Amino acid sequence: MNVKIGLEIHCQLTGLKSKLFCSCSADYRGRDPNTNVCPICLGLPGTLPLLNKKALEYATMISLVLNCRTPGIATFYRKNYYYPDLPKNFQITQYNAHEISSIGMDGYVEFDSKKVRIRRVQLEEDPGRLVYEGSMETSLYTLVDYNRAGVALVEIVTEPDFDDPKDVRLFLNKLASILEHLGVCDTRLEGSVRCDANVSLAGGRKVEIKNINSFREVEKAIMFEISRQKSLGMKGMEVRSETRHWDDARRVTAQSRVKEEEQDYRYFPEPDIPAVNFNDELIRSLKSAMPELPDARKTRFVEQFGLSEQVAQVLINDKYLADFFEEGAKLYGNAREVANWIVTDLKGYTDEFDGIRSLKIRPLHIAELAKLVDQSVISRTTAKQILQEIVKNGEMPSEVAKRFNAAQISDKQTLIDVIDNVFETEKNAVQDARQNEKTVNFLLGTVMQLTSGRADPKLALELIRKKLANIT
Amino acid sequence: MDQLTLGANELAAQIKSGSVSAEDYIAKIFDRIKNIEKSVHAYISLNDSAIEEAKRIDKMVKRGERVGRLAGVAVAVKDNICTKGLRTTCASKMLEDYVPPYNATVIDRLQQEGAIIIGKANLDEFAMGSTTEFSSFGPTRNPWDLTRVPGGSSGGSAASLAAQEAALALGSDTGGSIRCPASFCSNVGLKPTYGLVSRFGLVSFANSLELIGPMGRSAYDVALMLSCIAGRDSMDHTTLDVDSVDYTAKIKQGVKGLKIGIVREMISDGVDDTVAKNVHDAASKFNDLGASIEEVSISSLQYALASYYTIAMGEASSNLARYDGIRYGLNMNPEGFAWNAYYTKARSNFGSEVKRRIMIGTYVLSSGYYGKYYLKAQQVRTLIRQELAGIFRKLDLLIAPTMPVLPFKIGERIDDPLQLYMADIDTVAANLAGIPAISVPCAFNDGLPIGLQIMGNHLSEELLLRAAYAFEQVNDVNRVASV
Repeated sequence: MNVKIGLEIHCQLTGLKSKLFCSCSADYRGRDPNTNVCPICLGLPGTLPLLNKKALEYATMISLVLNCRTPGIATFYRKNYYYPDLPKNFQITQYNAHEISSIGMDGYVEFDSKKVRIRRVQLEEDPGRLVYEGSMETSLYTLVDYNRAGVALVEIVTEPDFDDPKDVRLFLNKLASILEHLGVCDTRLEGSVRCDANVSLAGGRKVEIKNINSFREVEKAIMFEISRQKSLGMKGMEVRSETRHWDDARRVTAQSRVKEEEQDYRYFPEPDIPAVNFNDELIRSLKSAMPELPDARKTRFVEQFGLSEQVAQVLINDKYLADFFEEGAKLYGNAREVANWIVTDLKGYTDEFDGIRSLKIRPLHIAELAKLVDQSVISRTTAKQILQEIVKNGEMPSEVAKRFNAAQISDKQTLIDVIDNVFETEKNAVQDARQNEKTVNFLLGTVMQLTSGRADPKLALELIRKKLANIT
Repeated sequence: MDQLTLGANELAAQIKSGSVSAEDYIAKIFDRIKNIEKSVHAYISLNDSAIEEAKRIDKMVKRGERVGRLAGVAVAVKDNICTKGLRTTCASKMLEDYVPPYNATVIDRLQQEGAIIIGKANLDEFAMGSTTEFSSFGPTRNPWDLTRVPGGSSGGSAASLAAQEAALALGSDTGGSIRCPASFCSNVGLKPTYGLVSRFGLVSFANSLELIGPMGRSAYDVALMLSCIAGRDSMDHTTLDVDSVDYTAKIKQGVKGLKIGIVREMISDGVDDTVAKNVHDAASKFNDLGASIEEVSISSLQYALASYYTIAMGEASSNLARYDGIRYGLNMNPEGFAWNAYYTKARSNFGSEVKRRIMIGTYVLSSGYYGKYYLKAQQVRTLIRQELAGIFRKLDLLIAPTMPVLPFKIGERIDDPLQLYMADIDTVAANLAGIPAISVPCAFNDGLPIGLQIMGNHLSEELLLRAAYAFEQVNDVNRVASV
């Protein structure tokens, strides 16, 4: 069935020092309630918004990377609505209905040989947060924390060009990597990226899903919504045009409280912020100061290090991983081997979104590990065991290898004793093993088990074969 | 001469020379306030630390330190301008107990020049009105006739000057709120070019139209005060990138050779005959001083009032949304109320005029009506701005009445909002176009003041003040009311 999906993404510009309209810190996380506030972000009478120039630059950079047109003049609008988390009871944002107001518009993003159009990129302020004791349903009162109020958000709106939730995930991965490479948004921070999704089936009405508070949930929310709409269709029921929210805990979309009336935001130009002119010079200087972006970096990884497209893609999807690789490759020249260790082995310890940040491993570990294997100091199998140790405690591979060797039982008589013991208890297997090589491995495994893996496997195998040959 | 009627310049000079002590002077001001406030009611709050500040000035004088151009001068501040630690109510119940944690930029600048804030002057609630009757703290009375309104919305500021309760005052002007009371109380009030004076700390009513401006008993005092408060401010993005200059420096250069237009639309229909006659007389005086006078017509002015009120109310409906009783100001018990029900309860404390303007403003910004009203009003505004720009290519200044009528009785028009809005007919054009305009005492009729309005091109404050000063020299009108 034909599915149409459009996204509205909000990213906090966590790379900024201060909020969008005042000098309060952009980093509000972990602070006591209402301590990261000032007269301006609290909207005290008489205060005026002071536009953060760096935020304008960041939004422009994002627009340029998303291939948007930057009209060269930006204006701000007030979106009027009453809500306790909104200090002024209006939000300063941008609005393209009466004029081109937004920083960027008419762009596109290519990913995985697909293309999604970007409708606009705009700047706006984040509201504060409502806090409930226990849950919203049971709390007797609502508390408001304005620490977040006024933090700069960039809103990115796509055209409804997606037809597959999987593409949404790929797109968001790319977008996250772009934001990380630009250094404007730490997408891993709780609540730093939020996504609304519009979903409609062919010919059906549009449903908006709000409150998807991390990129990883978006695909799931959309998949649920598609199957919900499909099953409504199968029952002959109509899909209503409505706003639903993603319930993280229950893994479903649920109808949001029905609004009594259609909201009228009474947009009008913000008189306190004069139109901002971007001259070509600013655009030029932003372009020339643009850091290397994921696509270019991927090409470079392939060309400079001889990586495969696939491996390079996995690395650049997460800036941290790509940086990790490059640093490792700097320390040990066999970059392909370093990349393989990261992509095939190290990734197994992580999940797709958290990456390898939480692990104790650093590039110098991977570099040394690759080197030890290349020099045949350790076997690939041992290296994998060593890796398991490193991610937990951050020890150097050579140290772990030494520890492994010291603990190894290579004393012949000790091993013979263990093997005799095994031959006693596993008589059937011993019979079988004379014809079947696999059973030999089973016997070795049992020896390893009894020695807690400390037996020198080479020596043990040699002794097992010798003993098998001696059986008549 | 009585210290209380002295010009700010002379007063500061005497305090700096040590011949007058700031402490004595401020004490006299407070005595005066004590004696007459019952009848005038110019102030909402008084500054308890004014005497201490005066003592500090005296000490600095004794030590020979720099004390500033307004050393010891008593200033009344309209109560919609934030003063740190001193309650700022906007004459509204919504902000009855609101004490700002910061100073407006103009307050910092005045204090750096040694000025002493005497108190917070009465106004129409949130500056919405032209009589000061719409104050939640009761009306201010006109010192020239206590049965009449002092004009508004900066009525307390103007009355404090006429009644010698201050030497200088700050007002704010959204559609005439400085000039109207200056006219009704026979003092000088200037609405500067939009962006010349910082709005940081001015509680917004209609932010694209309004500005803080100086008020005094003479053009010279107003020029002096403007010199202290004008110029760019990093706290207000709408300030112009200009330095303040000494606006008194060229004030005595006269008007010889200037081309002055008298605006036909502002002096014809609906203008009181006495007012019209006196403004024509003023024109001949300018002629005598060597300026040429010609009549001009500004056809777009017929839409000015409609445009002004549409924009002002639209902006007001948004600016006043923040008063919801949650973060500051009115503190009511929210127990048992859902948040939107609580809003309704809290916001019912606005006065009737404020409610009227919020409702109309909400309407004109509504999605179906935006194009029909707000957008159209902005187009008219552009038209007026362009037409005035064309006129100022040919003429230096424009003159007109400030108010089309004489001060009326308290209560006379309070129930007729449209009548009241009509009184702004001659003042709103300057706000729409962002040009400077000054009201100077023109004459008295049966004991009631008439004001002359002089308008100029953007940033022509020096010229405006020169004309006002020259006019004062040949047109000695009483500024000091005996209450």
